[in-house]
Amino acid sequence: MAKITYKHPNGTVTVVDVEAPNTVMRGAKLNNVDGIEAQCGGSAQCGTCHVYVDSANTLPLPAMDEVEDDVLYGTACERTEFSRLSCQLPVTEELDGLLVHLPEAQS
Amino acid sequence: MAPHAVVVAGAGQAGLETAAALRARGYTGRVTLVGDEPPGPCHRPPLSKGYLTGAVPAEDVPLRPASFYAEQDVELLTGTTVVSVDRERHTVLLESGLRLPYGALVLATGCRPRPLPVPGASLHGVRTLRGLADAEVLRRALQGPPLRLVVVGAGFVGLEVAATARGLGHEVTVVETQPRALTRALTPAVSERIVAEHRAQGVRVLTGRQVAVLHGDDRERVRAVELADGERIGADLVVVGIGVLPNTEPARAAGLAVDDGVLVDAGLRTADPDVWAVGDCASFPEPRTGRRMRLESVQNATDQARCVAAAICGEPHPYTAVPRFWTEQYALRVQMAGLTSGHDETVTVGDVAGGRFSVLCFREGRLIGVESVNRPADHGITARLLAAGTALSPAAAREPGFDLKKLPRAPHSPTASPAPTVPTAPTSPTAPTSPTASPSGSRSEERLSVHA
Repeated sequence: MAKITYKHPNGTVTVVDVEAPNTVMRGAKLNNVDGIEAQCGGSAQCGTCHVYVDSANTLPLPAMDEVEDDVLYGTACERTEFSRLSCQLPVTEELDGLLVHLPEAQS
Repeated sequence: MAPHAVVVAGAGQAGLETAAALRARGYTGRVTLVGDEPPGPCHRPPLSKGYLTGAVPAEDVPLRPASFYAEQDVELLTGTTVVSVDRERHTVLLESGLRLPYGALVLATGCRPRPLPVPGASLHGVRTLRGLADAEVLRRALQGPPLRLVVVGAGFVGLEVAATARGLGHEVTVVETQPRALTRALTPAVSERIVAEHRAQGVRVLTGRQVAVLHGDDRERVRAVELADGERIGADLVVVGIGVLPNTEPARAAGLAVDDGVLVDAGLRTADPDVWAVGDCASFPEPRTGRRMRLESVQNATDQARCVAAAICGEPHPYTAVPRFWTEQYALRVQMAGLTSGHDETVTVGDVAGGRFSVLCFREGRLIGVESVNRPADHGITARLLAAGTALSPAAAREPGFDLKKLPRAPHSPTASPAPTVPTAPTSPTAPTSPTASPSGSRSEERLSVHA
């Protein structure tokens, strides 16, 4: 289990406990955290589970593969060096304390 | 003034998203979601793919956790449907006998599979796929010993089931009446690539062939599919995927206009100002083509739901979202942005032989849609180009070195957002530090390949 923090564009913060093997996306959906759509259900098709990993993050995230990199070209909000698809971030104990920022829009 | 209560008839994706969007907009009246499928709103896409293999477990199928309905004060009534509407009194009558008052009624009644009109279609072992209960029957069958599966219809659902079943080791034949697969949905280059992959994986794909009759044994269990040309194909299981019919009964009973869907205007409203229709069942004037159509997709269900929630909350606007679809079969990721039917010119970019390409479709020199095979960046970029109305000519797309990734980023539409700033964490993470990247986990790899 890991504590994941979702920070909304208006500054509000939601902290939830997410069990492995859920992803950061599923963690939001299971806890009714707004701001992540995941229209494709987590198959890296739609780009509507976009998050910005906090710029000070030091937790070990999986490397981005080519598909995720490609899908991030289509996000509604600007892609930055901190952009990830939250469906491609499996939650592990090592991610306890992860902070992600939610974009203004997903679609 | 916002209505005192909203009844949403239909608890699929469009219905659920309508309820969620109303609450997200701050609507405080009563919201009731009525649907016949007992588990409540589900993700349908995995039902023809990962749910059948077991890669997507049952607990991942609901669109929202049970807690959503209490937290958001959305009343979910499952196992019943709206059978009639009294528009004068503003009430709906449910099959259960319950009568509900409404200020606004949203018809999100979806579709049902089109039945196969041949003798033998009601034999045991002849199935269609729409809801979780259908998928559960198929899952049990496909997780058993190898079967001879015949899929009738080479549309998205049929081909996804075929690919999934083949991956599980079954002997699969697909029979399609049209001369090619996915005729209405895709350009020949893309549908041929999909069919080639099915054949390479060992699926027999028969196009331009008609099913004439299904034969059963003395226990009324399907045993063979006979084609119009006399060929008999042995079958233990038949999955029929020949399209869907919109569920228009409540609209019809209410005296609303129906013609292959509930007829709505550009703002998704019926002729009754208090009744809307969204999702698969809604026949709306599509703004880019000027044609009336229904779209069956998650994106359409979601975006139409938001459009209607806005209207109910006093902010009506025309529905203009760019249609998006996607499918996954084997290692093929096929995505569509815009609508490509009616194109008069195409430009193909990428590597067709290598199976990574996009077909850009133009009409009168304007980009109208793009189909991509294993080129997800092209899909996302063109969806945004189409939404922003950015011009792209066929000549520009034919220039040597043309790459959609190199185009200036089109703004997000309709609500363009400024580039977000990513502040440094006010609360820094507390877990032990370690190197920034590790190899991607097997779970993420698995999801990429099978979970669509």
